[in-house]
Amino acid sequence: MTITIHGSPKSTCTGRVLLTLYEKEVQDFELVEIDLSKGEHKSPEFLKHQPFGQIPYVVKGELELYESRAIARSVAEWFPNQGTSLYGTTAHEKALVEQWLEVEAQNYNPPISTIVFHLVFAPMFGLTADEAVVAAQTAKLESVLDIYEKRLSETKYLAGDFFSLADLSHITYSFYLIKIAQKGAIYDSRPHVKAWIDSLFARPSTQKWLKLAGFAQ
Amino acid sequence: MAVKVYGIPLSTATRNAMATLYEKGVEFELVTVNMKEGAHKRPEHLKLNPFGKVPVYQDEDVTLFESRAINRYISTKYEGQGTPLFGKTPSEKALVEQWIEVEGQNYYPAMSPLNYQLFFKKMFSGEGPDEAIVATNVQKLNAVLDIYEARLAESKYLAGDFFSLADLSHYAQTEYFMKHSGKSDLITSRPHVASWWEDISNRSSWQKTITYGSS
Repeated sequence: MTITIHGSPKSTCTGRVLLTLYEKEVQDFELVEIDLSKGEHKSPEFLKHQPFGQIPYVVKGELELYESRAIARSVAEWFPNQGTSLYGTTAHEKALVEQWLEVEAQNYNPPISTIVFHLVFAPMFGLTADEAVVAAQTAKLESVLDIYEKRLSETKYLAGDFFSLADLSHITYSFYLIKIAQKGAIYDSRPHVKAWIDSLFARPSTQKWLKLAGFAQ
Repeated sequence: MAVKVYGIPLSTATRNAMATLYEKGVEFELVTVNMKEGAHKRPEHLKLNPFGKVPVYQDEDVTLFESRAINRYISTKYEGQGTPLFGKTPSEKALVEQWIEVEGQNYYPAMSPLNYQLFFKKMFSGEGPDEAIVATNVQKLNAVLDIYEARLAESKYLAGDFFSLADLSHYAQTEYFMKHSGKSDLITSRPHVASWWEDISNRSSWQKTITYGSS
């Protein structure tokens, strides 16, 4: 059954879903582009599908789903026997994946998404970055990265010695901060974090997303 | 080995974990972390949760932090008993996941700063609210609650006509908001949201959670 994603290839959250589909080697999906610059995501028609006016949302048969992390979890569940295992192989491993996926959602995402908004998106809309906010959120992100540095000195990836949905969830915003906003110094200074994020960017699925988004290096 | 929850009965995230355990009929021991004395920031607790927060869940297989992850784990491990918290079909589960994320990404970021500014801040530091933060988040929360009002006009609970982990995830912040923020009218003025809250907050799991420790 075709999965239709309504989103934008450059978008961090649409990217999260695309990366999951690539990792699970799902062929049967299509991307319907939503033009953010035209405010399409705030149109009454769009809001019928995603009432928060955010991308992406997906359609699979009669099911419509939004929130990229919920979509990603569902994709992992719908295709358990193909592609990369995104939840490890045991119940214990799955629990740790969920833990670090929540760490991303609740600890990593708030500061990084704010910084990226100010440094990358605000200028695109003719707004000025609030330097004080960027500084405060960068300090918060650095405290999170300190914890990641310690964790990643113990295990190769966040949930253990296996790549999982928890790591994947970090890729798109991290790419924006490090490669587009050019603020990678806070990663470079933490050797295990640096090795980890480099390995995530090097994954074939990431390269596929970068190509689709027009960011291929 | 029994289930242990490290936390305190007043902590919002600890309460959500307790409610999940009650819904699934799982016995647990609440191990008090002396947060007043800063125990959650010291090495013994940081070994359990390097972010220095509560709750931490521990059973014979795993030690976990982040209450939403803990609650998903409990809901899955004890699938065969208590309330089904992920619905009955894969599509229902997907919608539960969607609304858990809506809570985590839209509801909580608007409501928790309000609870902090209007209640917890004074309790911890004696300081009054930052009115600018309050105003911004009241606006955000109103927009979110309009969406909830429309949703709950179509279905009894968030993910469908069944109570789930998605509804449960709203317990602890909403409880404080209703009782201590002075802004409960944001909920009570929206009939479907109000009756949803009335329904879920009267479940025995929530009542047990908020009366924990009282005789």
